[in-house]
Order: sequence, then structure tokens, then C-alpha cells
Amino acid sequence: MRSLVGTRQLVRFVLRRERLRLAIWVAVLALVPVGTASAFMELYPSEVERERLAATVAANPAIVSFLGPVYGSDVGALTAWRVGTIGSLLIGLMAVLTVIRNTREEEETGRRELLGSTVLGRHASLTAALLVAGGAGIATGGLIAAGLIGVGLPASGAVAFGVGFAAAALVFATAAGVAAQLTEGAGAAREIAVGYVGFSFLLRVAGDGGEATGIGWLSWLSPIGWFTRLRPFASERWPVIVLFLGLALVLGGGSYRLSSGRDVAAGVIAPRPGPAAAASWLRSPLALGWRLHRPSFIGWSAGLVVVGVVYGSVADGIGDMLEESPQLAKIFEQLGGAAGITDAFFATAMGILALIATAYAIRSVLRLRIEEESLRAEPVLATATPRLRWVRSHLVYAVVGPVVMLALAGAVSGATYGAIAGDVVAQTQKVIGAALIQIPAVWVVVGVSTVLFGVFPRLTSASWGVLVTCLLLGQLGQILQFPQWSLNLSPFSHIPRLPSADLDVVAVFVLTATALVMTAVGLRGFQRRDLMS
Amino acid sequence: MDHVISASGLTKKYGQTTALDGLDLEVARGEVHGFLGPNGAGKTTTIRILLGLIKADGGTARLFDGDPWSDATELHRRLAYVPGDVTLWSNLTGGEVIDLLGRLRGGLDLAKKEQLLERFDLDPTKKGRTYSKGNRQKVALVAALAADVELLILDEPTAGLDPLMEAEFRLCIEEDRRNGRTVLLASHILAEVEALCDRISIVRAGRIVESGTMADLRHLTRTTISAEIERDGSCLTGLPGVHNLVARNLNSSWYKVDLEVDSDQIGEILSKVAALGVRSLISQPPTLEELFMRHYREDAPE
Repeated sequence: MRSLVGTRQLVRFVLRRERLRLAIWVAVLALVPVGTASAFMELYPSEVERERLAATVAANPAIVSFLGPVYGSDVGALTAWRVGTIGSLLIGLMAVLTVIRNTREEEETGRRELLGSTVLGRHASLTAALLVAGGAGIATGGLIAAGLIGVGLPASGAVAFGVGFAAAALVFATAAGVAAQLTEGAGAAREIAVGYVGFSFLLRVAGDGGEATGIGWLSWLSPIGWFTRLRPFASERWPVIVLFLGLALVLGGGSYRLSSGRDVAAGVIAPRPGPAAAASWLRSPLALGWRLHRPSFIGWSAGLVVVGVVYGSVADGIGDMLEESPQLAKIFEQLGGAAGITDAFFATAMGILALIATAYAIRSVLRLRIEEESLRAEPVLATATPRLRWVRSHLVYAVVGPVVMLALAGAVSGATYGAIAGDVVAQTQKVIGAALIQIPAVWVVVGVSTVLFGVFPRLTSASWGVLVTCLLLGQLGQILQFPQWSLNLSPFSHIPRLPSADLDVVAVFVLTATALVMTAVGLRGFQRRDLMS
Repeated sequence: MDHVISASGLTKKYGQTTALDGLDLEVARGEVHGFLGPNGAGKTTTIRILLGLIKADGGTARLFDGDPWSDATELHRRLAYVPGDVTLWSNLTGGEVIDLLGRLRGGLDLAKKEQLLERFDLDPTKKGRTYSKGNRQKVALVAALAADVELLILDEPTAGLDPLMEAEFRLCIEEDRRNGRTVLLASHILAEVEALCDRISIVRAGRIVESGTMADLRHLTRTTISAEIERDGSCLTGLPGVHNLVARNLNSSWYKVDLEVDSDQIGEILSKVAALGVRSLISQPPTLEELFMRHYREDAPE
């Protein structure tokens, strides 16, 4: 137990640092399911209406792929279906980010060493981070269970829902605990851990979307799939909890083992020496930008391509199901038949890809602020590098990066579907169009982020709030019947739903112009302000 | 005189705290200028203003013949800067950073770079994150010293260096001085400034409290004299320029006196001491440290 000395003090310290961030996370994560449940009660008061909703959903493989299967028609089951997978994804992100920030990031910045020289056991900081992240998950689960019972839902379903969220947080926290041991850099560790959360989501998308084609078992490999399989409010399957706990135990044990076998600040993956002199092309801010952004640009591009392939292959199953079932085909005839639903599927899928590309874009704008805050911008700006050229060397990844990624992901998604459906060229073109049409909305978010960086630098990371708002508005706005003006706040709501809808040139133009103006304001702001560390 | 840096009345506030409170600074071409003050006195703020990284609230600053804020890019071709806190990119090696910064400035003396790597015993193949504080400092130093520029702005450049490397750094600055390079050296290490600098400005609470050559400043300081004499030294008490006099009687014809003398009165007082019949005399020249401590001790900031 020596290795845990000081954990209690460290937990207090971590809580002190994270209090605002965690409070927001926990509040949002708890409010969304409870709010959704009460909205369902209000909007679908009769059993008949809810059954109709559940039946439409269950029949639509596209929706099942995006959100998971629906297991019942009462308010609880509909709530679990609607927010369960997105919620497990978000709580996973909360857990992962909290753990990395309080383990690897502390080590990288050397703050851990400062603490480590005081009376502090070797595992204290890992334990404290896991306790806080897991604790936040349990608090969220508890609030959700209490809230769902509070709005009048059955207790066992509410408890299963809460336990499922808490368990997902636990699994992803321990996964981040492992990732934190692997690399010396917090950035890489964070990407590994966030990548695992995304991968879990993707496994579920593929599994749930491919139920008909026999790959439904994929969902059983994903903690996010387990939440769905726990079936809150639809005769709960409690044994699924064992899967969560088992994986958390394995990952947790693994992280402690790895942590025992390494030095403070060192990673399991040792860094190699590099070139003694710079390559001849490394001679401009733009070249430096490429060196700094290259790993994450390639990683995110690859991730988006994988998501694109998954959606492309799932899309085919959707068409098949309609062909096999004349009844289903009839339901969707009014939506334009099999082609109509595939098109609608791609419009939604590309919307999701666009949100991921937006996350990358925000990250790239934030890199400016990170460079500034860490004082790495200073030596560059003290050379003959004008401020705008320095900004450009990072901003180009936020502006052009999503274009490249969405074109790539759209192309492989369309080609995958086309290869199966036997029409590669036309499908590829169609889906690339559906992907690229999202760009103006991505740029608007980049514009907001640039304004924050240029004018309110200390608030730059509030850009993530913009993304989460767009996500929640897009995911829940319609079904919860938010007022139209609030839905309009998300730039993504103005994007024409290609390939099925018509191209709305005005909307595209207005969004692009808005993005342009905001970016210009941000750049001007940065040119006039002090550098702030 | 031809000034590379001239600033007058610079002010800068961060919220409630005043970082600069009417700071004047002049650095002539070809001189090594010591910019002396403890942490938080305003050295780094001044340097950031001179580099156009932040904008002064008031006062004027000229760097070469331009405005540090609006002509930043052009001016930066002619200078190299070593920040006090060197952070490197984790996935770039030290060698890459040195080359890159040199190229961004517009030129790097490759032979000099190799020579400096050797002299500072720096391994250029390590990745940014794996360098110690001292080695990060060396990366920035090599990049700056190897640059073909007129002016070096160094912000506490030896803070993380060991004594051997500190000595090597002094040699480098000596060479640069001979080659006519202008150096602004911000430091709180008095011995370093005393050894290297032609002129010194002492900054306290955002203001220059003393500025001049070492010789000028010595005039403001006191020489410590300790003498064994034949007659009672207490007769010196109260003479102009005499401070902290302690006279003792060792035996009937053997007295001892310790006193501090203002540097401009030293001749006068010394002859008075001599008149008392000197048996032995120890005189300690004024040090910068003494001056510095006096400014900071006697009217400590409120």
C-alpha cells in the first residue's frame, strides 16, 4: 500500500483542479437523459404514438445503425435508445480526458515531479485520476437514475441506465489509464484513448447496422454496444454488467502493471533519436506547421476513412433489407424507396463525419493557442515571421484539413457502397458531394474558434462548447421539438441534405461568407493583441 | 551616439499590476548591455515589447531605426533572441530547431553552428521533450549565437547552465563583443553582468534606477577599507563620504579601523587614514552586488 501514499490528498487536488470542468460534464450528461425522458412524456403521451415511433425506428436500419436498436416502446426504452449510445460516447470522452489530463499531462509538464518529490506513492497519481474520473461517472449515473425515477420511470430501468453510464465511464477511464503509460507525450496518449472511445462507437455502428448481414456480433465487442445490450427499461439484462467490470478490471490491472515497470515521465514506447540537422524543406512556418500537424492529420484522416468505409458498407445492408421485405419497402416508398433511404442515410452519415472533421478543425485552431501558451510561438514570432504567416501555418489545417478528410472519407464511403451495389463511379460522386457540402458549416465553427483565439484568447477552448452544442442540437433538437430559432443556431442545420435534397446555393454562400468574416475578425484581433502565456 | 535600442517612458499594465512604470533604456551599437534586476522587475516585459510580441501602453521604443511593433518582421531579421523559458516542440530534434530558427531569421552560419554544438557539448539528435532545462537553453543559445545578426537579446540565458557551460557562454559573448555585435543581456546574476557588460541598467519595479558604465556605477558605490594604524581611528567619524566606521583599540599603539568610503571621496579619506600611520591596509573595490543590494534593500518595494 506504500505505492498509494498521498492518494487522498491528490484526489482532493485533482477535484480542486477539475471542479468546473467536471461539474459541467456531469450536469450536461445527467440532464440530457432526464430531459429527453420528460420530453418524450410530453411529446408522445399516448402508448399508440410511442409504439408507432418505436416501430418506425426499429424498421429503419439506418437509424438503428446510427443510434442502436430500440427494445421497447415505453418512455424509458425510447430514452435509452435515443441518448444511450451518444451518452456513453460522451461519458467515455469525459473519463478519458480527465484521466489523461491528470496523469500523463502532469508528467509531461513536469508538475508530477514536483509533487512526486513530496510524500507520494508511485501509483498515487494514477489512482487519484481513476478515482476522480470513475467517481464522476458514478455521480453522473446516480443523478441519472435518481432523475429518471423522479420523472416517474420504473426504478429498475433507471438504475440500469445509471449503472450502464457509470460502468462505461469506468471502462474508458481505465483504458485511458493504459494509454497514459504508453507514450511520453500527453497529446499522443489522449489520441490513443479518444481513438479507443471512437473505435468502440464505430464497432457498434457496424454491428448494429450489419445485423442483417451477420456482423451483429461486432456490437458485443464494444462497451458502447454493451450499454445498449444492457437494455434499460426493456427487461434489463443485468449480467452484461460483468462485461463492463471485467474489462475495467483487466485494463485497470494492466495500467498498474505498466506503471510499475517504467520511470516517471518515461513512456513504455521509448522515443528514438532523430536527425541532427533539419531537412532542407524545413525552412518556413508552413513547413514547421506540417511537421507539427502531420501525425494528427494523418491519424484523423485515417480515422475518418475507416468511419466512411463502415458507413459505406452498412449502407448496402439497408438497401438489401428493403428489397427482402416488401412491407418495409412500402413504408419507405414515401421517402423515395430504397434509393431514397440510402441517400438519406448518406446525408446523415456525412453529417456525422462532418462533426468529427469539425473536432479536428477545432483542435487545429486550438493548437495556435497551445503554441502561444507554451511559449513556443515566441521564438518563431521573434524571427522574421509575420504574425499572419504564423497563424496561417496552423489555420490551414483547420480550413483545408476538413476538406481533404471529408473528400477522402466521402469517396471511400461512396466507393465501398458502390462496389457492393455495383455502381462505383456514380455512388462515389454522389457521396463525395454529400460530404463536401458540409464544409461551409465546418468553416463557420472554425470562424467562431478563430474569433475566440484572436479576440478572447483565454476562452479559445470554449470552441468545444460550440461543437457540443451543434451535436446536441442536431441529435436531440428535432425529436425534442426545440424551437426553430434554436435549431437554426447550428450551422449544420442549414446544410442541404445532399444527395437527396436540392443544392441550396444561398445557404452555402451565406455560411461561407459568415465563416470568412469571422475568420477575418479573428485574424485582425490577433494582429492587434499582445501574446499571452 | 548610435543607438540600437532606445526606449523612453515605457509603461505596461496587466490588469491591476504595473509591469513597467516609465522605463527608459538605451543600448549603443557594439556594446554588451547588462539589464539587471530580480525576477518580476520588468526585464522580460521590456524585452517582449522590444520584440513586438506585446504592445506598450505608453512611452516610445525604437529598435535599430524602426518601431518594434509595426516593423517587427523586418527588424527581426537583424536580431536573435533567447527566451528565459525555452520550450521545444516534442517531436522535433534540437538540431532541427536550431536550423529552423536560423532559416526563419534568414540565415545561419553552419560552421559556427557545428563549432557551438561542440563547445556547448549538445547532442542535436535528441527530441525536444527529452532535453533537460539546461540543454533546452543550449539549443536556443546555439541557434541565436550562430545566427548572422547584429543584435542578440538574451533573457537570463544561463539560468539552467552548469558552471562550465556558463564559462563557455562568457567566452562566446566576449568574442561577439570583439566582432562588434550588440548584446542586451537580461540577468540577475551579478557576477556574469559584471564580467561581461560595458554598460548596465538596473531595473526595479518597472523603472530603471541606475544606468551607466561599470566605472560610472563604481562612483556610486563605496570602497570598503580595513586598516591597522598607529593612532585612534575614531577621529575619522563624521567626515564627508565616511560610513559605518568601527574603530578599535588593539593595544596602546595599535588601532584598527573599518570603514566604507564613497568612491568619489576615496583620495581625500585615504590621505587622512595615511596620516594616522598605516601599518597594514586592505581595500575592497566596490562590487555591483553591493550597489544592487543597496537599491533593493534600502528602499525595498512597498
